[in-house]
Amino acid sequence: MKKYLLSLFTHSVPAGFPSPADDYLDRSLDLNTYLIKHPAATYLARAKGDSMEGCGIFDGDLLIVDRSIEAQHGQIIIAAIDGQLTCKILDKNKQCLTSANEHFTPIRISEFSDLVIEGVVIHSVRHHVLP
Amino acid sequence: MFCLVDCNSFYASCEQVFRPDLRNKPVVVLSNNDCFIVARSAQAKAMGIGDLQTMFDIKSWMQQQNVTIFSSNYALYGDLSARVMNTLRLFSSRIEIYSIDEMFLYLEEISSPQNSPTQISESMNDYGKHIKKTIFQHTAMPVSVGIAPTKTLAKLANRAAKIIPKCQGVGVLDTSKKWDWVKKRTPVNKIWGISSRFSARLAELNIYTALELANSDPKMIRRYFNVCVERTIEELNGHACLSLEEIPTPKKQIYCSRSFAQKTKQLPPIQDAISLYVARACEKLRAQQSMSASLQILLYTASYESNYYNSHQVIQLPYPSDDTRLISAIARTAVQHLFKPGVAYIKAGVGLLELSDKKHQQLDMFHPGQSTKTDQLMTVIDKINTHYGRNSIYVAAEGVHKKWAMRQAYRSPSYTSQWNELPEIKC
Ligand SMILES: [Mg+2]
Repeated sequence: MKKYLLSLFTHSVPAGFPSPADDYLDRSLDLNTYLIKHPAATYLARAKGDSMEGCGIFDGDLLIVDRSIEAQHGQIIIAAIDGQLTCKILDKNKQCLTSANEHFTPIRISEFSDLVIEGVVIHSVRHHVLP
Repeated sequence: MFCLVDCNSFYASCEQVFRPDLRNKPVVVLSNNDCFIVARSAQAKAMGIGDLQTMFDIKSWMQQQNVTIFSSNYALYGDLSARVMNTLRLFSSRIEIYSIDEMFLYLEEISSPQNSPTQISESMNDYGKHIKKTIFQHTAMPVSVGIAPTKTLAKLANRAAKIIPKCQGVGVLDTSKKWDWVKKRTPVNKIWGISSRFSARLAELNIYTALELANSDPKMIRRYFNVCVERTIEELNGHACLSLEEIPTPKKQIYCSRSFAQKTKQLPPIQDAISLYVARACEKLRAQQSMSASLQILLYTASYESNYYNSHQVIQLPYPSDDTRLISAIARTAVQHLFKPGVAYIKAGVGLLELSDKKHQQLDMFHPGQSTKTDQLMTVIDKINTHYGRNSIYVAAEGVHKKWAMRQAYRSPSYTSQWNELPEIKC
C-alpha cells in the first residue's frame, strides 16, 4: 500500500495575511490514534498457527491487543493457557474458549483454574505486501 | 494524601510480562555484561539468591534449580516503566516519577464529613487495591501501594505493604496509631533519606527505630545532622514538608560507561567503544534539549591486573554542542593520548559535562557555535534510530564489528520496541 500524507495545505498569501482556510487545516491521519484507544495497555503481537483462520487471522498476522478492556462474550481474546499466550474466542455462555477452525476442540474454562485473560484482540492486520 | 506506587522486583517482573509461564517462578536478571544478579523474583529471593551475587558463583546451581536467567534488557524495562506511569495518570494528574519503578501520586482528600474515620480508611484501602488491580490488568506489572499524609510515611506504608502478607500489597497509614505501630518496627536505616552513615550516628544517640527518631527533639537533630533529617522527623509525624517534584529536572551530567566483554590491549576497539558511548550520551543530551561544553574520557584496567591503572581526561569542546560527529572525533583523539601500549583495558566511559539549555545559548561573535544544519542532521539521526531501532544509522567511527560489545547471553526479546521481536501468540 502506498503511503499518502493526507494534509491540506493552504496557498501562500503574498501580503502575509493568514488565510481563513488555516482554521480548517486537517492534521494527517494517524493510524495509532485511530486503532489504539489505550496505548499504555495495548501491545502488538504476531499470530503463529492456523487455528483462528475462520476469524480471518492467519499465520504471521499482526495482532493489536488491548489489556485494559473487559473481555465480552464472542470476542477474540488472548489467554495464558499452560503458560503460553494463546488466541481464542471467548464463549461465556458455554464457559469455554473456542478456535475458529473445526480441527481444534474447545477448552472448557473450568478445567483451567489458572486461566488468565491477557487482553482482547481489537484489530488484526494482514500484510498483503511484506512491510 | 501521598501515594507511592512501587513495582515489585521490577526487572524480574518485566521479564514475566510476556512470559506467563514464568510468573510465580524463580527469575533473576543480570547486570550489564552478565556479571552480577541485580533483580530477583520473590521466588528467587525465597531460594536464598542474594542481591549482587556474582553469576560465576551460582550459575550452575541456578541452572540445576531451574531458575530462569536473563541479561538486562533496558529497552523492555524503559517501555514497561512508561506504561505503568501512563496508567497511573488515570488516578491522578499530579505524578512524580521518582525512579524507573517508583512513582508518587498526589491524591485529593477522599474524606467527606458524613464518613467516619474507619470508613475513610477503608475507602483509601479500597482505592489502593483498585490502583494495584488496574495496573496489573493494564500492564501485567505487580506493584505495591503505600498511602499516607507525607511522602516519607508513604514510603514506610509501601514497605509495610510489601513485608506484611496481610496487607496484600496495599498499606494505608492515615492515623498516628497506625504509623506509630509501623515506626516501632522500622529500623532507622530503612527510612527514606536516612543513610547507613546517619543510622550509625543516630545509634550513638540511642536512636534505633523510626519511632525513636520521630519522638526526638528536631532542634537537637538539626544541630547534629542537617535540616533534611529534621524535615524527616516532621514528615514521620505526619507534617508534609516535601512536595511532589512533577517536572523532571534535566540531568546536569550524562555518563555512559560499560565493561568490555573481553580485555583488550588494542587501541582501535577502545576507540570504537568510545564512539558508541558518545553516540548514546549525545542521544540522551539531545533528548533533554541540552548542549555540552566539555567532555570526560575514562579508561579502566581490571583492579587485579599488575599494572592496575585508571585514567581520565576532561576536554573543553570548541563550543557547546550536541553533535555526535564533533564529540566523537574529539573523544577518539583523546583516547589515543590516554592509551598506554601493553596495558589490558576492561572498561571505558564518556561523560558529557557543563550542560546548558539548548534554547538559551549565548551567541559568541567569534565562535558562531553549532550550525543549524548540524541541528537538523542530529534530529534526523535520532528520528531514524527511534523509528527503525538502535544503530540503524550511526557515525562510521562507532565501528562495525563491535568485538568489545557487552556480553548479553540471556537477553529476552525487546517485545515492545522491535518489529522482529514481537511476542508470538499461538493460534
Ligand atoms: Mg521496586
